[in-house]
Amino acid sequence: MQALRTIRSRTAVLPVKDVDTDQIIPARFLTTTSREGLGDALFRDLRFAADDEPVADFVLNRPEAQGCEILVAGNNFGCGSSREHAPWALLDYGIRAVISTEIADIFRSNSLKNGLLPIVVDSDTHAWLLANPGAEVEIDVVASTLTLPDGTAVAYPIDAFARYCLVEGIDQLGFLLKNLDAIENYEEARS
Amino acid sequence: MPQTLFEKVWEQHVVVPETADTPAVLYIDLHLIHEVTSPQAFSLLRERGIAVRRPDRTLATMDHSTPTTPVSSFKDLAVVGESAANQIVQMETNCRDFGIDLLGFDSDRRGIVHVIGPELGATQPGKTIVCGDSHTSTHGAFGALAFGIGTTEVGHVLATQCLLQRRPRTLAINVEGALPKGVGAKDLILAIIGEIGVDGGTGHVIEYRGEAIRGLGMDARMTVCNMSIEAGARAGMIAPDDVTFEYLKGREQAPSGAEWDAAVKRWRDLGSDDDAAFDASVTIDAGKLTPMVTYGTNPGMVVGIDQPVPERAGDPSFRKALDYMQVESGQPMTGQRVDVVFVGSCTNSRLSDLEQAATILAGRQVADGVRMLVVPGSQQVKKEAEAKGLDRVFRAAGAEWRESGCSMCLGMNGDTAARGHLTVSTSNRNFEGRQGVGARTVLASPATAAASAVRGRIADPREFGEQD
Repeated sequence: MQALRTIRSRTAVLPVKDVDTDQIIPARFLTTTSREGLGDALFRDLRFAADDEPVADFVLNRPEAQGCEILVAGNNFGCGSSREHAPWALLDYGIRAVISTEIADIFRSNSLKNGLLPIVVDSDTHAWLLANPGAEVEIDVVASTLTLPDGTAVAYPIDAFARYCLVEGIDQLGFLLKNLDAIENYEEARS
Repeated sequence: MPQTLFEKVWEQHVVVPETADTPAVLYIDLHLIHEVTSPQAFSLLRERGIAVRRPDRTLATMDHSTPTTPVSSFKDLAVVGESAANQIVQMETNCRDFGIDLLGFDSDRRGIVHVIGPELGATQPGKTIVCGDSHTSTHGAFGALAFGIGTTEVGHVLATQCLLQRRPRTLAINVEGALPKGVGAKDLILAIIGEIGVDGGTGHVIEYRGEAIRGLGMDARMTVCNMSIEAGARAGMIAPDDVTFEYLKGREQAPSGAEWDAAVKRWRDLGSDDDAAFDASVTIDAGKLTPMVTYGTNPGMVVGIDQPVPERAGDPSFRKALDYMQVESGQPMTGQRVDVVFVGSCTNSRLSDLEQAATILAGRQVADGVRMLVVPGSQQVKKEAEAKGLDRVFRAAGAEWRESGCSMCLGMNGDTAARGHLTVSTSNRNFEGRQGVGARTVLASPATAAASAVRGRIADPREFGEQD
């Protein structure tokens, strides 16, 4: 996992609530055995019509959204399945942070393990972001702040361990493996 | 200090306690794996030269991308699509290389992972159970702490039999009173999700409590816990009791003899203490419930079958959902024309689910123009249903009787509905495109699904009278 310290980008805004993982990546793309190349499947049925032509007014197809690394979405983003293909698809497409008023538990956990930053903000900040698509914002992962174009820095909550892993680019398996003695002791005590 | 069921199970599995800086190391008793969310985890183990720590605590099957077309021999099963076929081969290779027993195509114990875990007696009270699948919450019906994880975490469990976890909060859902005649577990859980919302359980483990819950059999309890994730909760639990023990006794992987007695004694102590505190609680009056159907594109958009679709002016997401579903506020869901009826999925594919559907279909016909698929949750369920003659009831009514698997719940095996078609489905998600690109889904109980199949329109199963 690559270290993630700052993100500076314009925002793409998807003003829909309860965006589920089936919308983020439909199940027919889950037959892959790789993590790579899922960007094409991202929001597939929202981005493309039945004839595979891009849907012109879908946010990610608009010219001004090209190159955006931050997605702002409605409440409860990422609800539904545990498919890690959802953050893999977002990352492969080029999204590095998702901002909402609430982010579903499993999606958040999966995102943090892949270097995709899930950010929960208060409803006022969220309303401003929804109303101002394309705003240039800066995320300081170390300080856990989101800075709006007018210079206002909004602090967002993040688990200390998850932040440490993001900032250092550390994957969590290494940390677990350091606890093998404790795991062995636990197994012995219970058997 | 009094403790909840969740707290007892959690504490018994803490290998290293959490601190402000680090999450807890939590021991996992049972790891269920399937073909869709495990390949990348095995790849990680290969890259790092790590073995599977406890193959004996790993239960593997194939269910998501597997075909359910009826065959006389499993050799004839034709997997839809090259990549799905490759994924299945990969699963076989991974299990062989890492020493994991696989309940594969030729196994008569194969089935949906959340159906076979309980069926084999591998799911037990007090266990921690995980799977790369959000409906792992199903196993909480036995008083296990069971939740879905991503593929990276599947790798963590394969490598260490542990997960890094922050302790979630607790939410008590008290279901008082008794369910009226003709109203079942699916109606109850849909009503609960409608009440607390699709994010009402986020960050929490739910414990379902109260008279109505105690009155449910194990299949029904699994239906309730299964959909905890649809309310945002990773896990839902029910305290084990005699109903639980009766179900488990004598099953292949359940303890036996003196070990059984010791286990039951231990399990009886798992229930929440009388004055245990929950972080939040909700009370539902079971006596007021009716059959429920969804009208929108998430399981919280649900209404009593005799009620009109509500109105939520000024909410574009709500409007978008109604447009997708081609329904209007103020109109009831009953009477909507049905194209497909699906009875199956880890929510409603067990023997008693199939019996409910068969009770209504017996001596009746699936309406002209309606395709009905009945997909048993496992090969064992299939065998038991056939022993009771249910397959003959379904076939005589004009429904398709299939091999086991996830099938149309997520439509990744070729079982899908066409664009615009409306499916009354006993599964768990009515998300846009879930059952096929542009397909529309109405979630309902097996009884409502069967009633709708007969009428060709969404119908109230109470009209048929036989349901209890």
